[in-house]
Amino acid sequence: MVSEHITSSEERPLTRDEASRARERQFWLSLYEQMLTIRLFEEQVNELYMSAKMPGLAHLYSGEEAVAVGVCAALRRDDYITSTHRGHGHCLAKGAAVDRMFAELLGKQPGYCRGKGGSMHIADQESGNLGANAIVGGSAGIATGAALSCKRRGSGQVVVCFFGDGALGQGLLYEAMNMAALWQLPVIYVCENNLYNEYTPNSETTAGDMLARPRAFGIHTEEVDGQDVRAVYAAAVRLVERARRGEGPAYLHCNTYRFYGHHVGDIQRSYYRSREEEEWWKAQRDPLKLLGSWLREQGLAEDSHFAEIERRVRALIEAGVRFALEAPYPDPQEVAQHVYA
Amino acid sequence: MSMPSASSTASAPQAPAGWREITLGQAIREALAEEMRRDSRVLLLGEDVAEAGTPFKVLSGLVEEFGAERVIDTPISEAGFTGIGVGLAMTGMRPVVDIMFGDFLTLAMDQIVNQAAKVHYMSGGKLKVPLVVRTTLGATRRSAAQHSQSLHAWFSHIPGLKVVLPSTPYDAKGLLKTAIRDDNPVLFFEDKMMYQLRGLVPEGEYTIPFGVADIKREGSDLTIVATSSMVQVALAAATELEQLGISAEVIDPRTTSPLDKQTLIESAKKTSRVIVVDEGYQSYGVTAEIAAVISEGAFYYLDAPVKRLGALDVPVPFSPVLEDLTVPTPAAVVEMAKTLCGRV
Ligand SMILES: Cc1ncc(C[n+]2csc(CCOP(=O)(O)OP(=O)(O)O)c2C)c(N)n1
Ligand SMILES: [Mg+2]
Repeated sequence: MVSEHITSSEERPLTRDEASRARERQFWLSLYEQMLTIRLFEEQVNELYMSAKMPGLAHLYSGEEAVAVGVCAALRRDDYITSTHRGHGHCLAKGAAVDRMFAELLGKQPGYCRGKGGSMHIADQESGNLGANAIVGGSAGIATGAALSCKRRGSGQVVVCFFGDGALGQGLLYEAMNMAALWQLPVIYVCENNLYNEYTPNSETTAGDMLARPRAFGIHTEEVDGQDVRAVYAAAVRLVERARRGEGPAYLHCNTYRFYGHHVGDIQRSYYRSREEEEWWKAQRDPLKLLGSWLREQGLAEDSHFAEIERRVRALIEAGVRFALEAPYPDPQEVAQHVYA
Repeated sequence: MSMPSASSTASAPQAPAGWREITLGQAIREALAEEMRRDSRVLLLGEDVAEAGTPFKVLSGLVEEFGAERVIDTPISEAGFTGIGVGLAMTGMRPVVDIMFGDFLTLAMDQIVNQAAKVHYMSGGKLKVPLVVRTTLGATRRSAAQHSQSLHAWFSHIPGLKVVLPSTPYDAKGLLKTAIRDDNPVLFFEDKMMYQLRGLVPEGEYTIPFGVADIKREGSDLTIVATSSMVQVALAAATELEQLGISAEVIDPRTTSPLDKQTLIESAKKTSRVIVVDEGYQSYGVTAEIAAVISEGAFYYLDAPVKRLGALDVPVPFSPVLEDLTVPTPAAVVEMAKTLCGRV
C-alpha cells in the first residue's frame, strides 16, 4: 500500500544497510496503514450504524487488527482465507477494496456480493476470500476442504481459517482438524482469542488448556501476542512456509481483544466486562500504538510518516463511504437471481 | 434418449441391441466411474468408501481404478467431511460425498443447509458449490428408527439445493451423471432396498435432465405420482388395478427440486384423480407439496381432492410386524384408488 521510493535524497546509490532499512520501513508502514484502514473503516461502520444509515448489525474488528494484517501479510493473493461474523478486518487485509465493502454493508448493488451477503457474508473470490460465515465455526470444513483442493491440484496455495475462541465449542472444528492432520493439509487454523464468546468470558465456556486441543491431533501449535503485528507476522510466515512445504496444518492462537461491544449495538457491557479492563487494553495493548512506538524507537518512522498515512487512509475511507452512499440498490429482479448457478 | 419399449423394471427376456440389464447399484457405480474418467476433478469421499466400497458395496472397485487420492476414506465425521466437500467444491473440485444412511444427514445439516445451499446466493453469484451428496432412504430393512428414514423433503424445502430420487437403474445412472456435472449442491437419494433392482441401461453415454418427470406407465382413469422406492409400489398397484378395470398412470417426478409441475398437472387434467405416494413422513412432506401443486394447477379438472400416502408419522419401529405398517404398500394404493374411482 505504501508507495515510497527507495532512493536517497542525495541521489547517490543507497548502501546495502540503508536499502534494507528502507525496505523494512516500507514494509512495516504498509502494515501500519492496513491496520489503520481497518480501524477507521470500523469507526465509520459504527457511525453509519448509529446514524441509521446501515441496516442490520455489524461485529467490529477494532482492537484485533494485528491478527488479520499480520497473518494476511504472510499470504499470497491466491492463497485462501475463510472468515467470521467479525470479518471486515480479514476481508480488507486480504485485499478487498474499501468502497465495494462499504457498498456491501449498505446492501448496495456494487457491493462484493451485490448486496446479498452483507456484513456477515462478504466474500471476494478475487482476493482469495471464500467468505465470512455467520455460523460460529461454520467455515472449518470449508477451509479444510479448500486445503484438500490445493493439495489435490498441487497448486502450492495455503488456506487460513480464522475463527474466534467461541468456535472452540463447535465439534466441526475438531472433525476438520483431525482430517487436516491425517491428510497433512496446508491449512492454518487461526484462533482469535478475544476472551469472550459474545457476552460470556471464555473461562466459563472452555475447559482445560485450549492449546492442548490442536496438539492432541498432532497439529503444530503456536501462541502469540495478537496485539503485536510483528509477532503475528513472524509466526504466520513460519506456519505458512511449513504448510507450503507440505509439512501439514498448524494452529496459531492469537491473544487479542475487541475494543467495541460484541456488535455495534452492544453498548451496556458492564455486566460481562469492566470499563477498567477495556481502558487498559486500549491504552496499553493497542496494536497501532504498539507498532507505532516500535517504529519510532527504531528510528524507522516519525510523526510526519504517520500523519501522511492517516491523511491518505481518511481520504480513502471518506471516498469509500461516499461511493457506497451514492451507489444504487440492487434491482428488485435480483431477488430471485443466484439461487442456482 | 428414451427408453426402449421393454419396461426397465421387468426383466426383459431379450435386451435390445446396445442395452443390457444391470442393477441399480451397478448403475450408480458406472455413473461414478465414467464421470471420474471423464473429469479428474471428480472425487469421492465418505466413510468406508474405498476398499470396503461402502456397506452396500455400491462403490466396490472404484478405489482400485482411481486410487486412494480420489476415493477417500474419512473418519466418522459427517459434518466435517461434508464441510470439506463444500470447500473442495468452492475451489475447483467436484466432490461426491457419501452419507451412508440418510438419517446421518442430520449431523451434516448445517454444512448442507446453511453453507452449501447459500454460498452462491450470498456471494451474489460469484462462488459455486458443485457438490453431490449421495445418500440413502427407505424403510423395511429392519434397521429401526435411526437407519430407515426418508428425509428428502427437508432438502426439497431449501432454496439452493437440488434433490434427486431415482427409481430405476436407467434413471439412477443418467441422473447421477447430471448431478455431478451440475454446478449446484445436489442431494442424491438412493433407496437402499433397490440396489439389487435390475433394469435395462444402454451401453453408451447418456444423461437425464433434472426437472423432467417420467411417465412410467400410461393410464386414463387415475394418476399415481410416486417417488423413488414408491415407484415400484405404484407400478404393482397399477397392475392390480388393471385387473379391476381401472387404468392408472404412474408418474415419477425423478427430482423434487426442481419439480416438473407441468407434467404432473397435465396428467391430473387428463385423469381427474390423483394419488401421491412417497416414503417420507406424510405430514408436511413431499406428498403435501405435490398435492398442493396439482390442486392449484388442475383444480377445475379434478373429480376429488388429491389423496396422499406417505410413511406413517411414527419413528420407524424395529419389529417387522410393526415396520411393515408404516410404509405405503401396493394394497394400500389399490384401496385408495378404488375409493377414489368409486369402486367400493
Ligand atoms: C452456531 C452459532 N451459534 C450461535 C451464534 C450466535 N453468535 C454469534 S457470534 C457469537 C459469539 C462468538 O464468539 P467468538 O467465536 O469468540 O467470536 P467473537 O465474537 O468473540 O469474535 C455467538 C454465540 C452463531 N452465530 N452461530
Ligand atoms: Mg471471542
